Amino acid sequence: MSDKHVKRVDLIFEKAECRKILEKIMDVEPDHICQEVLESDLKGRGGAGFPTGLKWRFAAQEKDPVKYVVCNADEGEPGTFKDREILDQVPEKVFCGMAVAARAIGAKMGYIYLRGEYKFLIPKLNEKLNIFHKTMDEFNLNFRIQIRLGSGAYICGEESALFESIEGKRGEPRNKPPYPTSSGLFGKPTVINNVETLVYTVMIIRLGAAHFKELGTKDSRGSKVFSVSGDTPKAGIYELELGMSVDEFVQEFGDGDTKAVQVGGASGFCVPRKRFEETIIGFEGVPTGGSMKLFNSTRSMFNVLHNYLDFFTEESCGQCTPCRVGCQQLLKGVEAVKRGEKNSRYLDELVKLAKTMKRASKCGLGQSVGNAFGSIVENFREEIIY
Amino acid sequence: MVTLSINGMVVKVEEGTTILEAAKTQNFRIPTLCHHDDLCVAGNCRVCVVEQLGAKALVAACATPASEGMQILTNSLKVRAARKHIIELLLSEHNADCTKCYKNGKCELQDLSNEFAVGDHLLLDLSNIKDYTVDRFSPSIQKDDSKCIRCQRCVRTCEQLQGVNALTVAFKGDQQRITTFEDLSMAEVICTNCGQCINRCPTGALVERTYLEEVWDVILAPDKHVVVQTAPAVRVGLGEELGFDPGNRVTGKMVAALKRLGFDSVLDTDFTADLTIMEEGTELLTRLKKALVDKDPHVALPMTTSCSPGWIKFIEHTFPEYLPNVSTCKSPQQMFGALAKTYYAQVRNLDPKDVVSVSIMPCTAKKYEANRPEMRSSGYKDVDYVLTTRELARMIRQAGVDFGKLKEDTYDSIMGASSGAAVIFGATGGVMEAALRTAYELVTGREVPYEGLNITPVRGMEGVRQASVLIEDCKEEWSFLNGVELKCAVAHGLVNARRLMDGVKSGEIEVHFIEVMACPGGCLGGGGQPIPTNEKIRKKRTEAIYAEDMSMEIRKSHENPEVIGIYRDFLGEPLGHKSHELLHTHYTQRVRY
Repeated sequence: MSDKHVKRVDLIFEKAECRKILEKIMDVEPDHICQEVLESDLKGRGGAGFPTGLKWRFAAQEKDPVKYVVCNADEGEPGTFKDREILDQVPEKVFCGMAVAARAIGAKMGYIYLRGEYKFLIPKLNEKLNIFHKTMDEFNLNFRIQIRLGSGAYICGEESALFESIEGKRGEPRNKPPYPTSSGLFGKPTVINNVETLVYTVMIIRLGAAHFKELGTKDSRGSKVFSVSGDTPKAGIYELELGMSVDEFVQEFGDGDTKAVQVGGASGFCVPRKRFEETIIGFEGVPTGGSMKLFNSTRSMFNVLHNYLDFFTEESCGQCTPCRVGCQQLLKGVEAVKRGEKNSRYLDELVKLAKTMKRASKCGLGQSVGNAFGSIVENFREEIIY
Repeated sequence: MVTLSINGMVVKVEEGTTILEAAKTQNFRIPTLCHHDDLCVAGNCRVCVVEQLGAKALVAACATPASEGMQILTNSLKVRAARKHIIELLLSEHNADCTKCYKNGKCELQDLSNEFAVGDHLLLDLSNIKDYTVDRFSPSIQKDDSKCIRCQRCVRTCEQLQGVNALTVAFKGDQQRITTFEDLSMAEVICTNCGQCINRCPTGALVERTYLEEVWDVILAPDKHVVVQTAPAVRVGLGEELGFDPGNRVTGKMVAALKRLGFDSVLDTDFTADLTIMEEGTELLTRLKKALVDKDPHVALPMTTSCSPGWIKFIEHTFPEYLPNVSTCKSPQQMFGALAKTYYAQVRNLDPKDVVSVSIMPCTAKKYEANRPEMRSSGYKDVDYVLTTRELARMIRQAGVDFGKLKEDTYDSIMGASSGAAVIFGATGGVMEAALRTAYELVTGREVPYEGLNITPVRGMEGVRQASVLIEDCKEEWSFLNGVELKCAVAHGLVNARRLMDGVKSGEIEVHFIEVMACPGGCLGGGGQPIPTNEKIRKKRTEAIYAEDMSMEIRKSHENPEVIGIYRDFLGEPLGHKSHELLHTHYTQRVRY
């Protein structure tokens, strides 16, 4: 067992002087901002991990006079609740991150797409937003932010489905390419970032890319906010340096009887105890949008898997075949195996099907159903069958 | 231009070309289901996924543009595994009772499952766990969700081609389905019954309501006199269902086949198309006179045509304020029905209660139209049964008639004579052209000033077209039209009809006369025509229509001898008392959902 400990960080929730940030970004060329973020190696904190600076630069290079910045606050991954806390504690920093992005790419309009269940945040957000708009005016930054509310569909956290939803359409993912940086919201070049990512960009502007890069590993720079839940005495929100192993994480947060950790929510991977030590939490190992769910030996992994599949069966938008029908087949399939109506080899057929879903689905939802399915079936096969 | 490789073959294509199209240039067909030439890209079904070397996931060939240096494999192990899985997934959700399906043998999913030799069901059958009921309420369209594969072709058709949006996607995940406003039946919503969704449905989820058995019953009943009328567009479509290439005219063979099926009299909707021109042309001139001479401020102009029942239902729902502008003329089908049980019965000395009138239409909305309560002016249901071109082909097959070898035959009389002007009713712009041929001559005493009577400005596939004819040197009674530039507009496909009417509403489009056909290309692209359809096929049918016109001896409606005869012997004059009673109708304002 390793004796390293997880390292707490305090960047996200630290109160920042947004005026100074605005002053700073108005002082430099927009491309300088892209460059700084690029040098920090910051990767998107929503889970997919696309380099933020690169995304901004792509959008900045587009010639269209109308561009958008969108903050993805549709925090829907089962087991994450950190964006709510960020929006509640430091909303100015989220606005400020959007302003930084807007300055970097030349956008005049931004949207926060807020998860429907977070409606209670709106009065507070609007109040702070009014003040922030006035502050931007003082710095001659021509940028406005509006809040749009989701209606409870998980799929609307997928960036292109989110755009459709803002546009007033049914929230269904689009074909890619084109990517949002060239054709996003209303068909215009758009930068869309997760709440946490935007706040990190503020800290990068404030402290410099080098400071940010001191934290984390080569593939996963900086720190990350984790939502810890499940069988843990310390459920809650923690900002931790990236690069720890699951083992180190479990030592800190586990209840002494942890048999598996679901990293990254329903669309993430299940790490069994035997792989705790070798598995790094980050882009070199198992990436996560922040959801960390611990399971102890009292939990049935069949129930865990069933729960996730049930979730996906309901939350698939239903548009593409592999995801819509595949989810149902996986769900009904494990039920049939559990009931003994199908023999255990049927699980192998389902694993192959999950692979097709990963390869052939239209968007990230269908492509990631196989993550939880594959890792749970691989590591807890007996629990599924018997 | 971009260069890519497909299965190792180097291809150069225009920028923006999809992988699907690029592969086609190398004679590689990639299977598709949700893709349709007439519609925007969806990328839903995923049957067309191909492997792009270096990419993590497979890509949808229909939705992915070719890019420089791309290396594509259309039949790799990964592709085959995924494709087979996807077809199996679709089948597992699909009510695959194929032998009992109306589309058996004409189903794209069936073809694919055959092509990929999907044998034993590897996956669980999900089709029986959902509680589907078949919507049979519409007289035109039957919708069976258990056969739906969610390709959304129908939704895109209804939205992009028709601008109706009667069909839409609702719910998500395993509950997702294609439905209507508040899940109402197709009979209760804004659906215009155009049937364009049927033409594009790859499976049996959307089919026409068939009346084939009912028609056989009356044909084979000894005491019924069954007359059949055939619409102009049927003769240029029917062949496609019976082994001919698109664009073949099969008028004579069709007549011969109908006679072999046992119809007592094989007659032509073209006859009443000519009659429509007489009535509608007179109506237009009357409205113009009211506006120009009497200075009547209430006269409704522009006047629009009323031949297309899809258009009628659309305007009743969508632009009810323009209902006074719609010509009061019934469609040729309904004029025919009303006359079959009056004029025809009288001449043939038949009791109208024994006359059954059947029509063969390129259209599904005609089925609805025949069931309108106001369409009973003969005292009976004017048109008893409406069959589509596809249903007629099925009857011909059922009767064992070898269509290809039939000798050409001619229509019976009376009500079987037609003109070239009537034939072109089948193409977009045709009614306008036919009306102009007659009205111009009626007013000036001279033929329309276009070479060979071909008024080409109103022809073509442009969604909305405008043209004008200057009227000069009128006959004395029409002198008020001297110097008037008669302006007209033509639209086909309801999305274009909406554009046109929006233009009229805003004042942007100022015309006297409007022709609207609900379906793309006009009736020849109707919802009852052979499947598949695309612009290329519709153009072929259009060419056939105009060739048929050119082959006719009589090319102007007012010269149709039987039309002259019916006014002399029965109707009196256009817009006369009897015409009003039998040939004209009224419309109903409907709700907007």
